[in-house]
Amino acid sequence: MNRTSIVLSSIALAFGLADPASAATEIQWWHAMGGPLGEWVNDLAKGFNDSQKDYKVVATFKGSYPETLTAGIAAFRAGNAPDILQVFEVGTATMMSSKGAIVPVGKVMKDSGLPFDPTSYVSAVAGYYTAPNGQMLSMPFNSSTTIFYYNKDAFKAAGLDPAKPPATWAEVALAAAKLKASGQACPFTTSWISWTQLESFSAWHNVEFATKGNGMGGTDTRLKFNGPLQVRHIQDLENMAKQGLFVYKGRDNKADATFPSGECAMITASAGLLGAIKKNAKFDYGVAPLPYYQDVPGAPQNTVIGGASLWVMSGKPADHYKGVASFFNYLSSPEVQSASHKRTGYLPITTAAFKLTDTSGFYKQNPGSDVAVNQMIRKTTDKSRGIRLGNFLQIRTIIDEELEQVWAGKAEAKAALDKAVQRGNEQLERFQAANKS
Amino acid sequence: MAVEKRVVFRSAWLPWALVAPQALVIGIFFFWPAAQAILQSVQQQDAFGISTEWVGFANFERIFSDPSYIASFKTTAIFSLLVAVGGIVLSLLLAVFADRVVRGALAYKTLLIWPYAVAPAVAGVLWLFMFAPSIGVVSYGLRKMGISWNSLLNANDAMTLIVLAAIWKQISYNFLFFLAGLNSIPKSLIEAAAIDGARPWRRFWTIVFPLLSPTTFFLLVINIVYAFFDTFGIIDAATEGGPGKDTAVLVYKVYYDGFKALDLGGSAAQSVVLMAIVVTLTVIQFRFVEKKVNY
Repeated sequence: MNRTSIVLSSIALAFGLADPASAATEIQWWHAMGGPLGEWVNDLAKGFNDSQKDYKVVATFKGSYPETLTAGIAAFRAGNAPDILQVFEVGTATMMSSKGAIVPVGKVMKDSGLPFDPTSYVSAVAGYYTAPNGQMLSMPFNSSTTIFYYNKDAFKAAGLDPAKPPATWAEVALAAAKLKASGQACPFTTSWISWTQLESFSAWHNVEFATKGNGMGGTDTRLKFNGPLQVRHIQDLENMAKQGLFVYKGRDNKADATFPSGECAMITASAGLLGAIKKNAKFDYGVAPLPYYQDVPGAPQNTVIGGASLWVMSGKPADHYKGVASFFNYLSSPEVQSASHKRTGYLPITTAAFKLTDTSGFYKQNPGSDVAVNQMIRKTTDKSRGIRLGNFLQIRTIIDEELEQVWAGKAEAKAALDKAVQRGNEQLERFQAANKS
Repeated sequence: MAVEKRVVFRSAWLPWALVAPQALVIGIFFFWPAAQAILQSVQQQDAFGISTEWVGFANFERIFSDPSYIASFKTTAIFSLLVAVGGIVLSLLLAVFADRVVRGALAYKTLLIWPYAVAPAVAGVLWLFMFAPSIGVVSYGLRKMGISWNSLLNANDAMTLIVLAAIWKQISYNFLFFLAGLNSIPKSLIEAAAIDGARPWRRFWTIVFPLLSPTTFFLLVINIVYAFFDTFGIIDAATEGGPGKDTAVLVYKVYYDGFKALDLGGSAAQSVVLMAIVVTLTVIQFRFVEKKVNY
């Protein structure tokens, strides 16, 4: 044998020995969870990877919710989509109407042969991500709702009882006045203003936000959030803003940081903020249900869901889908769900997980941790089941913009809401036209 | 009779080969995206690109009937005028001062050039941290002085913030060109004028400024294009187009409609309109303003 053939045959031997057949199938998961929530996601992936050898979930942080959705869409257009994409609840209608891009979770679970019972999921949570024909389209992952946090130390300093949070909006205004008198520059603020003060507010009082069951019944839905109750509430907030009792701290969740830092004493925000508050607040804090107007019949009803769900993208090899089903099975197990719920403040998505958390005494040891759950585990009505609209992100931005004119003193509550409804309806008409199936 | 010396390039393919890399870059990074934008502006697509529909000029009709789009024309005009004029005036001032300084001239020049290396988004965040109504150092100082500053809710405050950040970033670029321009003015002209009794102010307006006019014209074109396009990062980081839509310049609206609202047809239509505007502005500048430039 000459030199060349020895070299060539050793290379061939080396390739033959380096057999990659036993490597785990990689499942790409793109998500938008940063900070402590990002650590939670990584721990979930690690827990699943350590529990079996066939699949490896790789979790990648892609930025905010809109950035993650945009990245997922761009990747899909380039033929390079991830296996699992976390999409916020506002993008649900967009994902639902893109029939070729996703594979319904119900189908993925059924095809895999793994046990899957849609009825084991909390209806207020899973119902949002279910098609009208009953098929579950995406897997609820981090579902939150709107709750009320307050600074107990600031309450004490203002002469308020820290064990009695304000339950009605009138009480909130009174508490804010006392807090301001005791030197608090920011008595009350809110995060995600459209979600907390209009969407969840409407469901909490059993009034409709949009026609056709808030959009659940079809794309010919139109907005209705300029009704008398919503106008009254925005006017109340406007009055509070004029007196410095309500301070606007920006769009989306920009106000979130102002509560754990002690800058604002009361905030309506996502249940998912609890993790950051636990970690960073250097004062005694309390958790309470969303305030309501006690003279409205039927209030308090239930609040609407926030957060995100996991969508399965199409065009992947068959063994990837088996891996995805296996991962979803792991995520839905009562132990994993209960641990996630305790850690993050997000809702448990199965009733079994809720019961497990209850029997473990967690709610008794941590008063306030069941507030979010109690607001959601109720019988829903047609007007409170949830809001599913097309072009919802633009509609929320329109609401942000019109309300900013109110806080800046440039518009009155009724005029601003009317304008928001009119501009929002244009978005709904456009969505209806573009999705005429 | 003097023979005119003409340089002839004998090779037939070498010129093309030398120009090819640059042509390729321009082709890939300008012409291809521009063609794609024009194509998408006459289509209506869903977010994932699965269904595509030809809609002719419907996207253009839709954007022009949107009052917030018309309003953003006005916002962009105000913004770019403030940034271009403000930037040029300020950097000219600094260049004139830096030209006269003898001690520590290098230090001043280095410090004035540094901001150019800062990425636009970083510049936006920097200024946001200084001027944010809750946590900004400068906001704190302004409040202590009794000036109310709230760029979250006050449109003028928000516009001031982005104009300041945009001018700050561009000062270095303008400064460098003005400094070079000042250095190229023959000292003998200035001295002659001084001997004739012209005061500094007079010398500046009758000698220095006219001789700087090629530089000023060039910088005017560059600054307008900068204000139209490169300020996106600053605006997104500092105000996100708010409050309301009061600082949503045209390029910001293109980004928002394309990437957040996922309305690719409308966003592409706006890009085409924006491209047409800047091309027209540049042509106007070259045709009319250039006449006033003394070379």
